Amino acid sequence: MRGPVQKIFKYTLYDLFRSRWLGSYAVLIGLMTAGLLYLGDDPVQAAVSVLNLVVLVVPLVSLVLGLMYHYANRDFAALVLTQPVPRGSVFWGQFFGLGLSLVGAFLLGVGLPFAAYSFMGSVDWPTVAILLVAGAAVTLVFTSVALYLGVNNDERVRALGVAIGVWFVLTFVYDSLLLAFIILAQAYPIDRWVIGVSMLNPVDLARILVLLQLDTAALMGYTGALFKKFLGSSLGTALAAAALFLWVAVPAFLAARTFARKDF
Amino acid sequence: MVRVAGVTKRYGALEALKGVSAEFPAGAVTAVVGPNASGKTTLMKTILGLVIPDGGEVYVLDQPALKNPKVREHIGYMPQDPRFPENVTVKEVIHWIQELRGRRSSAAEELISYFGLEPHLGKPTRFLSGGTRQKLSAVIAFLFDPEVLILDEPTAGLDPLASSRFKDRVAAERDRGKAVILTSHVMSELEELADRLVFLLEGQVVFSGLVNELREKTGEERLERAVARLMTEAG
Repeated sequence: MRGPVQKIFKYTLYDLFRSRWLGSYAVLIGLMTAGLLYLGDDPVQAAVSVLNLVVLVVPLVSLVLGLMYHYANRDFAALVLTQPVPRGSVFWGQFFGLGLSLVGAFLLGVGLPFAAYSFMGSVDWPTVAILLVAGAAVTLVFTSVALYLGVNNDERVRALGVAIGVWFVLTFVYDSLLLAFIILAQAYPIDRWVIGVSMLNPVDLARILVLLQLDTAALMGYTGALFKKFLGSSLGTALAAAALFLWVAVPAFLAARTFARKDF
Repeated sequence: MVRVAGVTKRYGALEALKGVSAEFPAGAVTAVVGPNASGKTTLMKTILGLVIPDGGEVYVLDQPALKNPKVREHIGYMPQDPRFPENVTVKEVIHWIQELRGRRSSAAEELISYFGLEPHLGKPTRFLSGGTRQKLSAVIAFLFDPEVLILDEPTAGLDPLASSRFKDRVAAERDRGKAVILTSHVMSELEELADRLVFLLEGQVVFSGLVNELREKTGEERLERAVARLMTEAG
């Protein structure tokens, strides 16, 4: 434990690990995954169902818990800032502490039921692994977005409203509009364009990342099939991963910049 | 000890500080007084680096303090309404602050017992009353024997006993040569503690000097009267 970033990271983890929210989240994800596994009794189908969980529940929980944490700790962050530590270290310590706690809760919630199931039936571990990676990436993306919204809004109700709006647009509206556009423009060669547009949406990216690993990509929607067709699995995976990384880094850096210039 | 020079700060349309210059010397309690929204908290937060001013400079121990987190080694601060991470105990918060500074405080034990925090050490901070949070905040402020103490309404939540112990401590620190910067709405407290006054009105300094000078200037013996007269004359 050397620099202030590590110290603040440690404190954030410590505080969050004792909060009932994080535990409840892990249990919720665990129950959902277990339910899908044991009721469906088909691990591949269950993995795809968990994927739908990843793209719906994980962004919402990451946004809401991220904002709750940000506002609950705003005053303490201000107190830490009166100590001889640079502002950036406070922001990054909290960002990594929050992001990795949520990632940990997700990994346990999904991983444990699959591990338990492996004693009863066969589990396709490469698929589960990519599912965990995609879920972790989505968690970090929406932690980053949550902190961006929190740092830029002093009113928590407003930030929460915008967050739910962002979630709704990225999970429901975006794909519907894209699909409508694809149908309207079916006479034109727009495939590449569609790929570009779906890369702008982190939820689609996570879905693509998982579906590229499954042989059933064509079944999983238009964009998945397009990715496979035009980019092949490895280039598609690399591009999706790079775009997801940007989705984590850009909002986080913008938030850090605001945090450095903000009045507390 | 602490000096602000021509500090300006604007929040949108509101000019919170309009070129404030003031000195807070060592070995004195300087009270920052003024009506609500006159810029008191903004001024204190500017010295602490929590509020970034639009113009001017702040000097702490003759070093420029803006963009220099190091000077905060010399500052202890009690905010108006201290908050701590909910799930962390009192003991852990005190430990963290020492860890953040990278050194242990030799005064921790003594301060904990002085402010009567022992029964609360193992409690998560979410169970603390406002007064107990204030005591924890006091321990943190005094922890490293800082040269400068910035106290924003420090006794607001304290019971009479804790409040008088706190004031004794502040007076003792002043006598040991510390610069104390204080805001309070409790006039009796200012009467008891303040050696100097900086009077702010709508973001400007209307009076800065010794309490006795203010008494002479206004012809009022009681501080509350003197301050009230200053408000009516300036307004």
